[in-house]
Amino acid sequence: MIQKLERKKMVITGDYAAAYGGMISGAEVVAAYPITPQTLIVEDFATFVNDGITDAEFIMVESEHSAMSACIAAQAAGARTFTATSSQGLALMHEMLFIAASLRLPIVMPVVNRTVAAPIGIWCEYNDSMPQRDTGWMQMSCEDNQEVLDMVIMSYKIAEHRDVLLPIMPCLDAFILSHTVEPVEAPSSDEVAQYLGKYEPVAKLDTENPMAIGTFAPPEYIQELRYHNHMAMENAKRVIREVTRDFARTFGHDYHGLIEEYRCDDADVVLITIGTVTGTAREVVDELRERGKKVGLVKLRFYRPFPREELQKIAERVGAIGVYDRAVSFGSGGPMFIETRHALYGHSIPIMNFLAGIGGRDVMKKDVEKMFEMLLEAKEGKTSKEIVWIGTRGVTP
Amino acid sequence: MLQEIIFYGRGGQGSVTAANLLASAALKSGNRGVQAFPFFGAERRGAPVKAFARISDEEIFVRSQITEPDVVVVLDTGVMDAIDVTQGLKEDGVILLNTNQQADDFSFTQKIATVDATSIALKNNILVGGIPVVNTPMTGALVRIIKGVEIEALKEAMRERFGKQAESNARAAEEAYREVKL
Repeated sequence: MIQKLERKKMVITGDYAAAYGGMISGAEVVAAYPITPQTLIVEDFATFVNDGITDAEFIMVESEHSAMSACIAAQAAGARTFTATSSQGLALMHEMLFIAASLRLPIVMPVVNRTVAAPIGIWCEYNDSMPQRDTGWMQMSCEDNQEVLDMVIMSYKIAEHRDVLLPIMPCLDAFILSHTVEPVEAPSSDEVAQYLGKYEPVAKLDTENPMAIGTFAPPEYIQELRYHNHMAMENAKRVIREVTRDFARTFGHDYHGLIEEYRCDDADVVLITIGTVTGTAREVVDELRERGKKVGLVKLRFYRPFPREELQKIAERVGAIGVYDRAVSFGSGGPMFIETRHALYGHSIPIMNFLAGIGGRDVMKKDVEKMFEMLLEAKEGKTSKEIVWIGTRGVTP
Repeated sequence: MLQEIIFYGRGGQGSVTAANLLASAALKSGNRGVQAFPFFGAERRGAPVKAFARISDEEIFVRSQITEPDVVVVLDTGVMDAIDVTQGLKEDGVILLNTNQQADDFSFTQKIATVDATSIALKNNILVGGIPVVNTPMTGALVRIIKGVEIEALKEAMRERFGKQAESNARAAEEAYREVKL
């Protein structure tokens, strides 16, 4: 149970927005271990518990591995759960992520994207969340703090849907969102309670009727389980589209499904971005449009499930596509680039990869402008470069 | 109109809090675009730190750090020995210094504003661990220099954030707002 909270506009960090989202969604069990830059989420949620705003059970754990284990157990017992992590913490959790997904437990875990060592860094890179691609978790990225709050609420709606039942990590950029304050409108607790309803597990651990889950299965069973997980991820696409439409009607903020198109209608080239670089890229698109360049932007929100169908439609009408990545699969390019190429198999337009902001390096307007310049060249057949490192010492883009 | 501000200070002086208070006050004053964020290095007490704020009557989308500020706020002029605080500062920009010296004692090409925030903090007895808190008076002086943020909104933001300590901080901010020399 949580106290009655009114609708309000706050000036808050992305971390606070994540914690507030979990709290107002009625998370009943929280188990989390603090790690920079996720720390504020744990502190803020602990404050909500301390101040009696929520009576959620806050479990102190000794590691992220234990945090996820505790959430798995609590969710399996029928509780709505919440946790959060970053970087090495997520890496340590890796083993348990498979279990949460395979047991079809709709756990919600904001991940504050931070570089994974070595060397030790605390800034933004997606090499923590993107390597979790095949654990069975849904994964999406936020552009601003409003989206963080809204997305945590929507995460419960999507994850708990009977056609999905998969855990989800809404991601936010280290410091650029986690520690940045900006205005965020929060809905009232009554509105959220009515929107989400009570969590009704399909099956749950019950001391009156004991059972064991996830114990042992021979080859006769596992292949079908994997197929069902695969189909659940496919179903999630439809559910995400429905949920964002419904959320827009209910709360007035429209996130347009798995992707958002920005000035793509008559675009010659489009750049696919993820996370906070999207905001900077919006301003670059506006400036280039004023100079007569027909450029557009696709904000990719979901990495899993991947919006294959949406991108195929866009590829049919543009002359070149760029993909911005903030992580690299060594020897193959950025994870989103690999995914986009796979989704657009059979399309003959140039698809370029731009790597920038790695390790938290600042991505400036001039960097994004460079990406568009190269895309316009690619459309004219003036460059055949594929993987381009932007703003890297000793490397010419 | 977009206004970009960089705060320079030392770890523990509250540069980040100053930027956050300014953001809250800016929203209360009716600005649509409000953003404040720290530059995080290996932060520790006493080390030079930096925080950023953007204020606009329109929504703000850009997320990169600020490289060409309109105003730089220096909470501790000692950091100027190590850092060029005017780097990137616009030609018609302003440097706001916490100092008991006069503007003429400094040589910058841009406009200089001065306020003795340390004395104001001591007078109002706002201390943390015996060290005068200069971030709140400096923010008070700042709202005099920039456009579109009301001093009353800043005091209100302090009341929301500081509880019992709010009044002395709000008083210090008001004094600095009046006393800053432009």
